[in-house]
Amino acid sequence: MKNLKYLVLGVLFGIILTKSEVISWFRIQEMFRFQAFHMYGVIGSAIVVGMLSIQLIKRNHLKSLDGEPIRIADKKFNHGTWIGGTIFGLGWALTGACPGPLFAQLGSGVASAAVLILAALAGTWAYSALRERLPL
Amino acid sequence: MLELIRQPWPWYVAGPLIGLTVPALLLVGNKALGISSSLRHVCAACVPAGIPFLNYNWRAEIWNLWFVLGIGLGGYVGYQLLGHPDTIAISAETVRDLKAQMGLTDFSGLLPRELFALENLSNWKGWVFLVLGGFLVGFGTRYAGGCTSGHAISGLSNLQWVSLVAVIAFFVGGLLMTWLFYPMMF
Repeated sequence: MKNLKYLVLGVLFGIILTKSEVISWFRIQEMFRFQAFHMYGVIGSAIVVGMLSIQLIKRNHLKSLDGEPIRIADKKFNHGTWIGGTIFGLGWALTGACPGPLFAQLGSGVASAAVLILAALAGTWAYSALRERLPL
Repeated sequence: MLELIRQPWPWYVAGPLIGLTVPALLLVGNKALGISSSLRHVCAACVPAGIPFLNYNWRAEIWNLWFVLGIGLGGYVGYQLLGHPDTIAISAETVRDLKAQMGLTDFSGLLPRELFALENLSNWKGWVFLVLGGFLVGFGTRYAGGCTSGHAISGLSNLQWVSLVAVIAFFVGGLLMTWLFYPMMF
């Protein structure tokens, strides 16, 4: 059951997202209106801790559990980075959720999250179908 | 201790824990934190429809679907088992603005019922917030090559300038919706 560890990490991640209320539309509105520090604190401190952790991993040449050297693929730039990013931002402010929180919302019992996830799947599918005709 | 866990978690607890998910995934399986890819894997598994971008071995990425399933379970544990306030304590200015600008009156729950209740699918609000909103999230994240987890947390943690461009674009989109399109809609 080599996937169990990802399930467990997912559960922990979902609990953190939920207990810190970042899965709430209201919190996202508060962020885009610059009326509270909460979301900036969560995202900012997550990045700082993630950055320090990756530096430690790289400097000590740490290996993963199965003994492989840890490698992180570089993100590649194309026009989608900013066009797609802006499109996602529009959706983020509408739904008050990015993909992770959508799944946590569904688990928390928000029925509407099922519609949001289906619509997000439709969006991903539409992008996949149109990809060759979009500026990249 | 349990009483403390049952309260909403402050940013300085939640943020570092989210940050630690990045090395945790790297150390247990050499995986980069990223959630929007799961949407692509589900499309590839269920409706590939001969689309080249959906024709790949999604089974090799199945860990991502287990992680996402876990997030759903975590949502249940975090909300239903570990307690939640009826109304999230957002800032008084936000409450005031949402009342005045969008006519919201019900601030209970995670999402405002007046916009997201399923009954709203019979009017424009439901279609804009539930259908268009979700669609833009799914379309935009894949076009951008990542979402808040893949670009903002994982990408910026790994000092990727591409992710910085993406995160700035996320904010440009969010600010446009909040400050330009919302006032046009309400």
